[in-house]
Amino acid sequence: MKNDPNYMSGAEIFFECLRRENVEYIFGYPGGAVLKIYEHLYDVDFLKHILVRHEQGAVHAAEGYAKASGKVGVVLVTSGPGATNTVTGIADAYMDSVPIVVFTGQVSSHLIGNDAFQEADIVGITRPITKHNFLVRDVKELASTIKKAFYIASTGRPGPVVVDLPKDVIASKCIFKYPEEVDVRGYKPTYKGNSNQIKKAAEIISKAKRPLLYVGGGVIMSGSSEELKIFARENKLPVTMTLQGLGAFPGTDPLSLGMLGMHGTYWANRAVDNCDVLVSLGARFDDRVTGKVETFCNKAYKIHVDIDPTAIDKNVIVDLPIVGDVKHVLAELAAEMINPPDTTEWLEQIEEWKNECPLDYEKNDGRLRSEFVIEKIFEKTKGDAVVVTDVGQHQMWTAQYYKYNHPRSNITSGGLGTMGFGLPASIGASFAVKDRPVVCISGDGGFQMNIQELITAVYNKLPLKIFILNNSFLGMVRQWQELFHQEKYSFTDLGNSNPDFVKVSQAFGIESYSTDNPNEVESLLDKAMSINDRPILIEFRVVKEDMVFPMIPSGASISDMMVKRLNPKRMI
Amino acid sequence: MKKHTISILVENHFGAFDRVATMFSGKGFNIRSISIGETEIEEISRMTVVTEGDDKIIDQIVKQLNRLIDTIKVVDLTGSPHIERELALIKVSVPKGSMEEIKNINDIFRGNIVDITGRSMTLEITGPPDKIDAAINLLSAFGIKEIARSGIVALKRGEQIKIKKEKNLTT
Ligand SMILES: Cc1ncc(C[n+]2csc(CCOP(=O)(O)OP(=O)(O)O)c2C)c(N)n1
Repeated sequence: MKNDPNYMSGAEIFFECLRRENVEYIFGYPGGAVLKIYEHLYDVDFLKHILVRHEQGAVHAAEGYAKASGKVGVVLVTSGPGATNTVTGIADAYMDSVPIVVFTGQVSSHLIGNDAFQEADIVGITRPITKHNFLVRDVKELASTIKKAFYIASTGRPGPVVVDLPKDVIASKCIFKYPEEVDVRGYKPTYKGNSNQIKKAAEIISKAKRPLLYVGGGVIMSGSSEELKIFARENKLPVTMTLQGLGAFPGTDPLSLGMLGMHGTYWANRAVDNCDVLVSLGARFDDRVTGKVETFCNKAYKIHVDIDPTAIDKNVIVDLPIVGDVKHVLAELAAEMINPPDTTEWLEQIEEWKNECPLDYEKNDGRLRSEFVIEKIFEKTKGDAVVVTDVGQHQMWTAQYYKYNHPRSNITSGGLGTMGFGLPASIGASFAVKDRPVVCISGDGGFQMNIQELITAVYNKLPLKIFILNNSFLGMVRQWQELFHQEKYSFTDLGNSNPDFVKVSQAFGIESYSTDNPNEVESLLDKAMSINDRPILIEFRVVKEDMVFPMIPSGASISDMMVKRLNPKRMI
Repeated sequence: MKKHTISILVENHFGAFDRVATMFSGKGFNIRSISIGETEIEEISRMTVVTEGDDKIIDQIVKQLNRLIDTIKVVDLTGSPHIERELALIKVSVPKGSMEEIKNINDIFRGNIVDITGRSMTLEITGPPDKIDAAINLLSAFGIKEIARSGIVALKRGEQIKIKKEKNLTT
């Protein structure tokens, strides 16, 4: 056996498996429990290990890579604190259905349960926030477990998978054989939708007077943007998108209504409220979309296409559920559509709403505003950039003002709303995307949550364009304080406690600029776009007290939509 | 809120039981009773969960259980013909002169007396849960010291559910 060339250690098997899964990048951080893996990594040349500066950064980077590329993002960390540092990122990937595989080191099998040095029950900890997880108990199970992990992460409704690797398993040896196929009998995603249901859907859409497509991240994940484009255009169907769905349909297309929901456009939300047939494609009726469920879209016949049966009837009871992959279902649906509905009047009505209450902000007082900066970023990149955001007001403004032309271009933390996501995720995306600019838009608060990853961008010479919209506030929280909490600006004013972002960047070795002058924005953006071999950071010092509108308060109805600040005196 | 008995076949994997329990607690679903044991197939266990909720909740519970990778088959038995049994060990006080009466109750419920001391007796009673409730009710007149109930086990009447054998892919 020992002479068999396939007689390998767990660490060698680990890399053989990654080779067969065509892994290009690992985002990782070494430590005691994974030293053996790092020992072999030293000689591995078919993939690149990206050293982050915090394990949370590794997971977000893997997410950014996965979202931009459509491939599985891979993370490698040590046991105990290395593993627990990944938890926020894993929860984030779970909420937004991002395919990643996280390999965690673990103490040796015989020490598990002993409160050994750097032991943490990461399989127990991550059970509710993973699609699945594994503790590998025998080196003989390693290859098949890794195969299953990649398969489960990337198929069906994608999600994070954790593989916990005890130190002794990595060190012990067996004959390596990579399984050709996987069979997990408890896991059989449904790809093909029920044909009768699809036929019925086509009939109903054909007869609709005011149909609306409500599109989520599932369209992007399943790679059905092309199909969607053809389907919507051929049948003249207006399209509204969730935060994760932005990019699934070109934002500049006249049929695009932009985002719906809490900070969605006025016209998208009016369309939801007044449509007679709502077709949900790969979206999950999340509470940021529906507000008060009882009043959400309650005049319409609802069709819901989703690969995950649990998404159906979870928040909103629908009339026609279709479980399946959007790609398959859309193809079949398009073929079944014999008569496109006549939507001329409906589209005119939507146009009226658009004119009634367009997205707007103060442009004439000479002060710099986030909306303006984002509009300029859109103009400079023509909607072709990959735009990664952090969480907060700047995220919502980006969703409103950046009109994505392509799928896999909008990378943002939606379900979990994780501050600190932006910078590391944009680093991950930069490894996946070489032919288009990658832009990171962050708030001054969230930027400080994974600021250490600046060095990862510098060291890898990533041509990342980092834009901080510094309003000297935890802006989104401030907005809620003004609107709903008696203007008690409790611990959200960072005016006197922010670092000097330019100096910080310089310390990391990043060329950086700062401005509060609207007239300088274009030239600074031109400069940023012209650099292609290293990161650049620009701080835009924007108006402190701006708020994101429209806004439907949490749990409220479309009739409660606020379209502008009621008391403009609150602006200083 | 209706009571539902759900039968779940799970892989005998490390932590599979915990996944099911974690799903219930994490999503805020109720567990009235839960039991797990081996089946006719070595690598598969059967869990029987009694839960409650309206139709929407039960629909979610079944879907969420199906979504777990380690669950192979999930069946809501409520509403279709099935058998439910539970076992209870009931330790009851024996006040002077009541030994015969307790024995009678035990006989009526076709129980077994499995332990006896001067002052107490332990009865083993098996049956549908309402039968056990009735026994406990009658025995409580004498003073109940301790109860251990197994939780419900259940099977569908008639045909068995077929399980596919998983390909062995380990190296
Ligand atoms: C890890 C984490 N902690 C707290 C929050 C709550 N939160 C949501 S938005 C926000 C403010 C973000 O401020 P900033 O990064 O400056 O962005 P802005 O809203 O000003 O654009 C906070 C604190 C969160 N989403 N994530």
